[in-house]
Amino acid sequence: MNREELTKRLKKIIEPYVQNKEAFENVTEETDMLQDLKVNSAHLVDIILDMEEEFDIEIDDDTAEKMLTVGEALDATERLLKEKA
Amino acid sequence: MNRRVVVTGLGVCAPNGVGVSDFTEAVKAGKSGISHFPELQELDFRCQVGGAPVLSEEILDVNFSALERKRLSANGVIYGVLAAREAWLSAGLQISEKGDGPTHWDRGAVFGAGISGIQTLREAIYKTDDGKVRKLGTSTVEQTMPSGISAFLSGKFGLGNWVTTNASACSTGTESVILAGDHIRRGRAEIMIAGSCDAGGPYVWGGFDAMRVLNSKHNDNPQKASRPMAEDAGGFVPGSGAGALILESLESAKNRGAKIYGEVLGGHINSGGQRNGGSMTAPNEEGIQRCIRGALSDAEVEPNEIDLISGHLTATRGDVAEIKNWSEALGRSGADFPRINALKSLIGHCLSAAGSIENVAAVLQLHQNFLHPSINCENVHPGIAAIIDEQRIVRTFEETEIKVVAKSSFGFGDVNSCVIFKQYTP
Repeated sequence: MNREELTKRLKKIIEPYVQNKEAFENVTEETDMLQDLKVNSAHLVDIILDMEEEFDIEIDDDTAEKMLTVGEALDATERLLKEKA
Repeated sequence: MNRRVVVTGLGVCAPNGVGVSDFTEAVKAGKSGISHFPELQELDFRCQVGGAPVLSEEILDVNFSALERKRLSANGVIYGVLAAREAWLSAGLQISEKGDGPTHWDRGAVFGAGISGIQTLREAIYKTDDGKVRKLGTSTVEQTMPSGISAFLSGKFGLGNWVTTNASACSTGTESVILAGDHIRRGRAEIMIAGSCDAGGPYVWGGFDAMRVLNSKHNDNPQKASRPMAEDAGGFVPGSGAGALILESLESAKNRGAKIYGEVLGGHINSGGQRNGGSMTAPNEEGIQRCIRGALSDAEVEPNEIDLISGHLTATRGDVAEIKNWSEALGRSGADFPRINALKSLIGHCLSAAGSIENVAAVLQLHQNFLHPSINCENVHPGIAAIIDEQRIVRTFEETEIKVVAKSSFGFGDVNSCVIFKQYTP
């Protein structure tokens, strides 16, 4: 799966939790999910669970804590997918 | 302080109609919402019929955000939000869909519940037992805590006054109206959402099936299954849903120019203490009579002023005792007995939601001047016919003026509630 395809799938996961729809339209890898997209912090946990299900990976707490921007989430997912393969 | 309290909004999610408009039409037509549940048959239930609101995708999409739809699985909570939201909007009150806007310190909710989140709880228990507690997500607690529904409502409407969930078994819904009404009457709030909700399905209904209190004789003819006051009433039919009323101080309603559906004159809540014939499931008859008389006294209404009784009437042995208790408490019998009908004949017994749905129906009859038919009562129970003239039972739709309605609900644990509504006159 290339980075572009991964981004597309991640955006679909994040979308329902986004409260700032405008920021979501202009999302980049630097976009912060809490600060910029105004995702409720409790819902970050749900995003992680949805990612685990979508990509069939396990995201441990240490990794999850470092996934604040869209780019960081993509990096972690790519690494976990590689480890799985 | 003893302020006047009026009803300014109604909402309902019932087995025979979702939304006040469909529900009113169904109730007037005597349309049953009871159907056969193949799931109950597969699970070897004795009673395989029940009542559950039919929710279209469209209704869910209009009332819930995509995220809410994704997170919510507790049926009772869904029914409750639907009813409360309809009531709120019908009262001309605003909703901020984004969850912003002010906190309304003078608005609250007493919204009762039964085991509204049982499906969600079941999923959570399976995952937990399977060592997958981290997969529960963040929506388990809010859907399975008893006060889940009132917590949802406070967020939807920015409620800053008393926000609570009451629980008194099948007395819950009527109790919520009395509690919320008293709160306004005493000057502690201007607007309260009163109501209740309950889930349906095998995990809610199974315990009742095991007690053999459900009617198992009409599995092939569901709409005939709920037979309050009939000679061949064979037990109750389980239901589910939610009802909601917006209660408001008359002052606030006038200031807002709100439509007024009726006035809550007063009510009474008590228990028979499971003594003197009372038990977990049977009422202490003195308790019921004291509850009815207490409600009349609180409402300052004379027994002969009651035009209509919206009974608890579940289609069990309790029906005869209920009629006897009404008759003795009011000192009225034969042709002098008030008119009486049982909404449960149309929707079954919606347990913790029963009282609030029936309160909505009571207010609709008062406001629109009609009596809904109590179906499946072709042969009146002889014990009832010995106390009241059969014609007092409403068996076909009637248009007639009703000034005062008494609504009662009774529940497991020998708990009782009775509320009195009156046509609003300025």
